[in-house]
Amino acid sequence: MGLKRDVSLLTGLRYKGQGPMLTFILHRIGGLGMAIFVAVHILASFVGGDVGAFLNNVYENWLFQIFIFFCALFHAINGLRITILDLWPRLIEHQREAIWLEWAVFLPLFAIAAWVIVRTAM
Amino acid sequence: MTTKSRNLSLSERGLSRFEAMMWVFTRLSALAMYALVLFAIIGALVMGARTEMNFADLMRWGFMPNNTHVQSTNVPDLAPWATPFWRLAASALLLVAVAHGVHGLVVIADDYISSMRGRLTSRWLSIIFMLVMIGMGIYVIWTS
Repeated sequence: MGLKRDVSLLTGLRYKGQGPMLTFILHRIGGLGMAIFVAVHILASFVGGDVGAFLNNVYENWLFQIFIFFCALFHAINGLRITILDLWPRLIEHQREAIWLEWAVFLPLFAIAAWVIVRTAM
Repeated sequence: MTTKSRNLSLSERGLSRFEAMMWVFTRLSALAMYALVLFAIIGALVMGARTEMNFADLMRWGFMPNNTHVQSTNVPDLAPWATPFWRLAASALLLVAVAHGVHGLVVIADDYISSMRGRLTSRWLSIIFMLVMIGMGIYVIWTS
C-alpha cells in the first residue's frame, strides 16, 4: 500500500490520463452499472409479484436500456482488449492503437443499437 | 516508456497469491463469458430463433439462457428451451458472471478503502453477497 490514493476529487478530475484513463473510468462505470442491474434483476425475478413487475418496468424504459446497453457493450469490448493485452503483454506497446480500434468497434455497434431502441420506443 | 512493473512477479507487485489468482481469473472468466454467450446464441439459432425471435430477444437469451427470457417471443414451444442442458448452461454463466462481478466490486472498493480491517470487511461482505446472489439465481433458473 505504498501509493497515496486519498487525493481530493478536484485533483482526481484534473488528472490528465487521456484515452486509457477514459476507458478505465468507463469500464468501471459499466461494471458497476451491470453489477447493480444484475443484482436487482436477480432479486426481482426471485421475489416476483408487484415488486418484480415494478422493477421490470424500470428496465423496459428506453433510457435505462440505452444506459445498460452502453455498460454491457463497452465493458465487453474494453474487457476483451484488456484480456488480449494482458495475456500477450508484448502487445501493451500498442495500447493506444488498440483503444482506437476499440472505439471503432464500439461506436457503430452502439449507435445502431441506440437508434433501434429509440425508434422502438417512439 | 518504462516496462519495469511488467517484469515484477505478481507477489512482488504487492498482490497475495489469492489476489494474483483472481487477477488471472478475471481475464479468463471474461473469455469464458464470451464463449458461453456465443454458445447460447448459436444454440438459439439452431432451435429456430432466426425466424421466431427478434434480435433483442436473442441477445436476452444469450446473456442468460433461461426460458423466462423466451416467453415473450414467437417461439411456439418453450419446452426445448427449458431443458436441464440449458439450465446447466445458465447456471454456469451465472456462477462465472457473479464471481467476476463481485470480485470487480472488491477491486473498486479497494481503491477507496485502504485499511486492512476495512478491506477484510469488504471481502466478507462480498462473499455473503456472492452467496446470496448465487442462491437466488440458481433457484430462479431451476424453478422457472
